Amino acid sequence: MSSIFAQRRQKLLALKALRGTPTASPHAVERCPSCQGEFTRRELVAGRYVCPLCGHHYPVGAYYRLSMVLDKGTFRELDEALASADPLEFPGYDSKLEQAQGRTGMNEAVVTAVGRMGGVKVAVGAMDSRFFMGSMSAALGEKVTRLVEYAGKNRLPLILFSASGGARMQEGILSLMQMAKTAAALEQFSRRGGLYISVLTHPTTGGVTASFASLGDIMLAEPGALIGFAGPRVIQQTIGEDLPEGFQRSEYLLEHGFLDAIVPRGQLRSTILQLLRLHGKEVDQDGK
Amino acid sequence: MANENLTPTQRVALARHPERPGAEDIINALFTEFFPQRGDRRCGEDPAILGGVALFHGKPVTVIAHRKGRNLEEHLACHFGMPSPEGYRKAQRLMEQAEKFRRPILTFIDTPGAYPGLEAEARGQGEAIARCLAISSALTVPVVAVVTGEGGSGGALALGVGNRVLMLDNAVYSVLSPEGFAAILWKDASRSGEACDVMKLTAADLLALGVVDEIIPEPEGGAHKEPNTLYQTLDAALVRELTALNKLSPAALAAGRYKKFRVMGSSAVRKERL
Ligand SMILES: [Zn+2]
Repeated sequence: MSSIFAQRRQKLLALKALRGTPTASPHAVERCPSCQGEFTRRELVAGRYVCPLCGHHYPVGAYYRLSMVLDKGTFRELDEALASADPLEFPGYDSKLEQAQGRTGMNEAVVTAVGRMGGVKVAVGAMDSRFFMGSMSAALGEKVTRLVEYAGKNRLPLILFSASGGARMQEGILSLMQMAKTAAALEQFSRRGGLYISVLTHPTTGGVTASFASLGDIMLAEPGALIGFAGPRVIQQTIGEDLPEGFQRSEYLLEHGFLDAIVPRGQLRSTILQLLRLHGKEVDQDGK
Repeated sequence: MANENLTPTQRVALARHPERPGAEDIINALFTEFFPQRGDRRCGEDPAILGGVALFHGKPVTVIAHRKGRNLEEHLACHFGMPSPEGYRKAQRLMEQAEKFRRPILTFIDTPGAYPGLEAEARGQGEAIARCLAISSALTVPVVAVVTGEGGSGGALALGVGNRVLMLDNAVYSVLSPEGFAAILWKDASRSGEACDVMKLTAADLLALGVVDEIIPEPEGGAHKEPNTLYQTLDAALVRELTALNKLSPAALAAGRYKKFRVMGSSAVRKERL
């Protein structure tokens, strides 16, 4: 019986993972924004949206991200219906929200779920930079907090993939308060012995960096991701000089002591499985 | 003009007024025997966070404040009140000491935001703020935060996770400075006046949103007109808050603070049809 549900879930996730990715022909020519090299769409998709020539990591959607790391058929979404209520009645916000929801098929910029990795039950969340640039809304903060609390209550490892342009300006101070809310939930989770693996993806900036994204027991990042609190443009304006090559990229953070490892997309699942094993979880043999 | 008739833009100007009482003024007026503590014990000292131990009505408290400085030299040293990671890590250290010695913590918030500099980023501005939030969220001593001037962004909130959050009548508190807000949302920093009107950054707005608990009235024309009047009002409010919080158990203080921030923005969430 459960396998029927599992199959349905898998189909649903696969469907959602496809949503938002352009439906170009597999033979269409893609040009890498980083190295300008050319390859077919099929090659790009086969490589999980990593440039086959230079290793540039394209941003990917939240459902696709989760489909890459979870065991097949184990994805069960949590709090899918939570959405922003436009708390400040900010001019134009409700119609923009509607557009973003229509375009992405998501209600918010984060997908939270429970699933399995190598058979180990995990609480996972992935942010999606296509939805309001992954900005922190009250609904996003609420979903993340509920996920952390769910992981705490069920004693599950917690894995969050961050991608954020910063605060949701249209929610003003309530966006800011989500930093305290999520950090507080994680502190409780941590004090009860919970394992939190934070994976930073391009870009992770602003309030998300200054709250839940930086509080992992294990800090991972995809190669070349922009990670910082202040945006590069603001910093440039403040100091009045050019920023060094590679500033605020994953490699820079690793060098400055803020990451445990930089992990290419293709190795993320196996790295997380290793970390689960190292934290005493019984990972299936086939979950290598 | 009577304070209640001020526009948000006028309040922003008052909150930033060069003569507005700053960290040193407030600490001198409200506390005795203030002993400033310096350094983050890792690599540096940031004067933009002024903190230490002091006596408040004869009892030890930990004080942590944003500091803008009182002359150009100090302004520059303090980056005009914008702390670096060293400042936030010093704040973490002082919070942990307050916990150890069972002292209440009083914070005074007045910053345009965390310093957006190259070295600040290199040393982990985001991590420093995040850790401040996490540590302060779980403290089992009373924490009272007062927004005294500008409360800008995560750099302000780092000192703002209090059991009680008070706000001076003309202080402002927002996700970003109005200039930054206009620059991001409309790509035009000169529309900051318009931003002030829509951002809901005044004390009255924030009280209505449940972000602050109490508004501390200011003298007519702003706190700088009659600072002593402000200090008296503020002193009385802090005595009242601490007296009430001191009656709570350590566990109740931590749980109460968690709950307070747990519900922030819950009215901002709805269920969408699926
Ligand atoms: Zn490339």
